[in-house]
Amino acid sequence: MSVLKAEHLTKKVSSPEGVLTIVNDVSLDIAAGESVAIVGASGAGKSTLLALLAGLDEPTSGRITLADADLTSLDEDGRARLRAERVGFVFQSFHLVPSLTAVENVMLPLELAGRRDAREAAMETLNRVGLEHRTGHYPRQLSGGEQQRVAIARAFVTRPAVLFADEPTGNLDTHTGERIVALLFDLNAQSQTTLVLVTHDRALAERCGRVLHMDSGSFAPA
Amino acid sequence: MNALGIAFRTLLREWKSGELGVLLLAITVAVAALTGVGFLTDRIGIAVDNQAGEVLAADLVLESAQAIDDSSTAEATKRGIQYTRKTGMLSVVFNGDASQLSALRAMSPGYPLRGKVLISDEPFGPPQQATTIPGPGEAWPESRLAVALGAGIGSEITIGASTFRVSKILISRPDQGATFVELAPSIIINDVDLEATQLIQPGSRMRFSRLFAGNREDIKAFREWLEANKKSSERLIDVEETAPQIKNAIDRAGRFLSLASLVAVLLCAIAVAMAARRYVHRHLDSVALMKTLGATRGFTLSVSLIQLAIVGLIAAILGSLVGFGAQAWLVIALQGLLKGELPPPGVAPLIVGFLTAIAVLAGFALPPLLQLSRTPALRVLRRDVGPPQPLVILAFGPAVLAIAFLIYWVVRDVALFIGFVVGLAAFVLVVATAGWALVKLTTRLRGGVGVSWRYGIANLGRRRTESVVQLTAFAHGIMMLLLLAVVRNDLLDDWRRSLPADTPNFFFINIPPDERDAFAQFLNERGAERAQVMPMVRARMTHINGKPIDDIQFATPRGKEFATRDQNITWTETLRRDNEITAGRWFTADDAGKPLVSVSTEYMEELKLNLGDELEFDIAGETQTAKISSVRKVKWDSFQPNFFLMFAPDLLEGSQGTWMTAAHMPAKDPRTIAELVRRFPSVSVFNVDELLAQVRSVIDKALAAVQSVFLFTLIAGLVVLIAAVQASREERRYESAMLRTLGASRGTVLKGLLSEFATLGVLAGILAAAGASIAGYLVARRMLQIEYNGDPWVWIYGLAGGGLLVCFAGWLATRSVVNQPPVLTLRGAG
Repeated sequence: MSVLKAEHLTKKVSSPEGVLTIVNDVSLDIAAGESVAIVGASGAGKSTLLALLAGLDEPTSGRITLADADLTSLDEDGRARLRAERVGFVFQSFHLVPSLTAVENVMLPLELAGRRDAREAAMETLNRVGLEHRTGHYPRQLSGGEQQRVAIARAFVTRPAVLFADEPTGNLDTHTGERIVALLFDLNAQSQTTLVLVTHDRALAERCGRVLHMDSGSFAPA
Repeated sequence: MNALGIAFRTLLREWKSGELGVLLLAITVAVAALTGVGFLTDRIGIAVDNQAGEVLAADLVLESAQAIDDSSTAEATKRGIQYTRKTGMLSVVFNGDASQLSALRAMSPGYPLRGKVLISDEPFGPPQQATTIPGPGEAWPESRLAVALGAGIGSEITIGASTFRVSKILISRPDQGATFVELAPSIIINDVDLEATQLIQPGSRMRFSRLFAGNREDIKAFREWLEANKKSSERLIDVEETAPQIKNAIDRAGRFLSLASLVAVLLCAIAVAMAARRYVHRHLDSVALMKTLGATRGFTLSVSLIQLAIVGLIAAILGSLVGFGAQAWLVIALQGLLKGELPPPGVAPLIVGFLTAIAVLAGFALPPLLQLSRTPALRVLRRDVGPPQPLVILAFGPAVLAIAFLIYWVVRDVALFIGFVVGLAAFVLVVATAGWALVKLTTRLRGGVGVSWRYGIANLGRRRTESVVQLTAFAHGIMMLLLLAVVRNDLLDDWRRSLPADTPNFFFINIPPDERDAFAQFLNERGAERAQVMPMVRARMTHINGKPIDDIQFATPRGKEFATRDQNITWTETLRRDNEITAGRWFTADDAGKPLVSVSTEYMEELKLNLGDELEFDIAGETQTAKISSVRKVKWDSFQPNFFLMFAPDLLEGSQGTWMTAAHMPAKDPRTIAELVRRFPSVSVFNVDELLAQVRSVIDKALAAVQSVFLFTLIAGLVVLIAAVQASREERRYESAMLRTLGASRGTVLKGLLSEFATLGVLAGILAAAGASIAGYLVARRMLQIEYNGDPWVWIYGLAGGGLLVCFAGWLATRSVVNQPPVLTLRGAG
C-alpha cells in the first residue's frame, strides 16, 4: 500500500541566469515499510526532492500524497500539522535545539502534536538509542554521534509513517557513522516505518530496499 | 503542548545567550529614565494639588503696595464672610550681633483662614498645629532663621525699633509660597506690634493684604463686588489663579526632564532593535526546525512573543523600581529646593513605565519577531534560505510610530512635538555625519599604527553603521555631562568675573529723605564703596497717549503687568555705563524740570511704545505726564541700582519718596550692618552675596537633577555598546580564534579589541567636547552676553573619559571572546 506518492513533480526557481529547473517531472510511489535511498551527485536535486516530499517546500507543479493526505493542497500550517503527526526527520547537522536538553529535544515533536505522555515516551526512546544516562545533557555537552542518536530518537518517538533522512552520517566519522546507520535501520525495522534517505554514501544506500539515482533533476537508470 | 511551556522552558537557556539580557537592560534603563522623572513630578504635583486650597491661607486675597482701606472688610462683614489682615515686608532681624534678612509677616487674629500654621519648641522640631497667632511682643521665627540667628525659645530679638521674645519656632505656614521656598526665611509677629517697629515709613516697600474666606457662592459674589469696587492699585488673587501657575511651572519642568529622559529611551530603543535582530538571527534555525517538526507559524510566533512579554514585564517592574529609587535620590538632591515632606507618588508613572516598555518592544522588537516567524521550514536543509524581506513600512513603521507616540505623549503639544522631532533629527544627523566622517578618516589613517591598533580600527570601519550609531549615542551622553559638569562652572565663573571687584554687594532701599545725608555719611565713614544715591518714588501708569490703561489691550501678560503695577521710578542726569541709549538722546542740563522720561527697551517692547509717546502717571495722588525722550538698554546683571523708568532731573523733586543706594562692603561685617540697621531701622538691607549664593545653590540643585537624568543617557549609550558588541560576538569570537590560530597571542587580540573601543570612545569624546564647547559658546554669547573662552579641560575630560569609559564597557562585554580556546570556536563553526 502506497504511503508516499509523487506525480509529475517539478520545481523551478528564478536565478540571475534565468529560471532553473531543479526537479523535473519526477514521479514515484513508495509503499508502507519500504526503505528507499535517493542518491546522486551534488546539485542533482536530491535535497530539493526530499524537501518537496516532506512538505518543507512547495512544487511548481505536480502532486504529492503523503499518508493519504494531498500535501499540495495544504497551506504551510496544514503541512506542519501533517508533519507533526506522520513524519520524522534526521539531518546531517543534527538540528537539535541548543537551549533544550536531550530529553526535551525528543519531547518537542510529541508536545507539538499535543501528547501528554511526552516525557515518558521520550525517555523510553532515548533508552532505545542507548542514551538513558545523557537525558539531561544539552546538545553542546554531547558528542556528534550522541547528538545524532538524540536526533534519531526524536525522529522515531512520534512513530511516524515516513522518516526522511538527509545525509544522516555526513557529519560523523566512519565508525560512528556505521553505528548510527545500524541504529537507524534497527529502529526502522522495529517500527515498520517507511524510510526515505538522501545520501552520497553508496554503502548506506545499498542497505535500502530500493535505490533511486538522480541526475539533473530527474531519476536516471542505475 | 502550549507555546507558554516551550517559551518558559527555553527562556532560562536563552538568557545565557545574552541578547535577552540586553533587551532587559535596555528596557529597564528606558523605563527607569521615564518613571524616575514621572514619579518626581507626580509627587510634586500631588503636593501642589493638596496645598491648592491652602497656598493663600484664604479663599480670596486682596493685595496692595499701599494701605488698604476698610471698605472691603466692611462689605465682607455685611456678607458674613470671614476676614483677617496680613502685612508683609522684608526686614533685618537681630539677635545680638547676629542678623538675617527675613520676610516679616504681621498677622491679625483669625489667620490663617485656610490651612494650618505648624509650630514647634525647637528649630526643625516635631510640629504641632498653632491655635492662635503670636501674642503681642512675641515672634515666631522660621527654623532656618532661628538657626541663622542662634535664637531659641525665650531669645530676645530685635526687629526695627522693637524687641520681641521668641515664643515658638515656625515650622510652616500655608501661604509661604507653595512648594518652592521664598528666598528669605519668614518670621511672624502680631499685627498690633507693627507700628512700634517704625518699619512703616512713607514709600516703604510693603505688601498689605486682606484675606477672605467663606462658602463658594458667597466668595464668588464677593469677588465680583471686589472686582468692581477695588482700587486699580489693588490686586485680587484667588486659588484658581495661584495653583495653576505653580502647576504649569511644574508641568513645564517635568516635561523638560521627561524630554531629556526620552533621549535615553530612544537610545535604549536602538539597543532593543539590535538585540532583537540578533535574537532573530540566532533563532532562524530553531524556528525552521520547529516548523519541520510540525509547529505552525502562529505557534513559533507565540513562543517568541511570550518570551518577549516576560522580558518586557520583568524589565518594566525592574525599571519602575530603579526609577523609584532614582526619584528618591532626586528628592534628596533637591533638598532645600522642595518644601517639606512630599506625599508618596501615584500609580500614573508606573503606567508610563509599562507603556514605555510596550511601545519600545512593539516598535523595535516586534517587527523582527514577526519576520522570524516567516522563516521557511526549508531552512533545515538549505541554510541560505531565510525569511522573505519585509516591506519597508512594516520594518520601520512601528518604530517610527512608537517614537512619535512616546515623544507626543511626553510633550503633548504639537508645536513642541514638531520642534523636538526636527531638533532631534537635525542633531542626530549632524553628529552621525561627523561620526561617519571621523570613522572614515580614522580607518584611512590606520596604516601608521601597530598591528593591534590596525586590527581594532579596521573593525570600526568594517562595522561602520554600528560604529556610527554607537558614536552618536556616546557623543550625546558625554556631551550633556560635559556641558553640565564642566561648561556650567566655567560659565558661572565667567559671569561672576564679568562683574568688577567693587560691584555692590549690599543694596539699601527705603532711606527716608531726612536720613539720606546721615546714611551716606555712615557709609563713607566705614569706607564702603558707594554707588550713586538715587531717589525712588512709587508711581502707577494711568494713560498712554491719553488713552486710559484699563482700555488698552496688551499683547502679553507681561505687558499688562508692566502697565498696571505700582513701580519704582527715579530721576537723574547721570547716565551710567550699564545703561546704553539705543534711541533718542539722554537728558542734558537744559532738560532739567522738563516732562521727559527715559524708558528701558523691555518696557518699550512689551507695551509697544514709540519714542515721543506720552505717558501719564499717578504719583502719590499727583498726576504727572512725560514724553518718551530716549530708550535705554539696561544691563540688569551689573548689580547696580537700575530702573525701567527714569525721569528728567528736577521734575519730580518734592515728590514724597525715599532714597536708595548700593555699596560694596569690603568684608562681610555683621557688626557694621547691625549698627546700620539699628540706627536706620526703616532702611531695608539686601545682601546680594547671600542672594547670589542662594540662587547658585538653587541652580546647582536643579542642575543636579538634570545631570542625573542625563546620566541615564550615558548608561543608555553603554547599553547600545553592549548590544552592538553582543550582535557581533560570534563574528568576533571567530576572528579571535582565527587570529590566535595564526599565532597571535591572547594579549594581542585583547589589545586589538580594546583599541577598537578606545578609538570609538575617543572619537565620541571629540564630538562631545566640540558639541559642549559650541553649546557653551552659544549660551555665553546669546543668553548671558559674556565672553566665553572655552575650557581645554572639556577636551581632556571628553577624550580621556570617553576613551576609558567605552574601553572598560567594551572589555566587560567582550572578555569572554578572547578567553575561549580557539579550538572550541573553530570546531563549533565547522
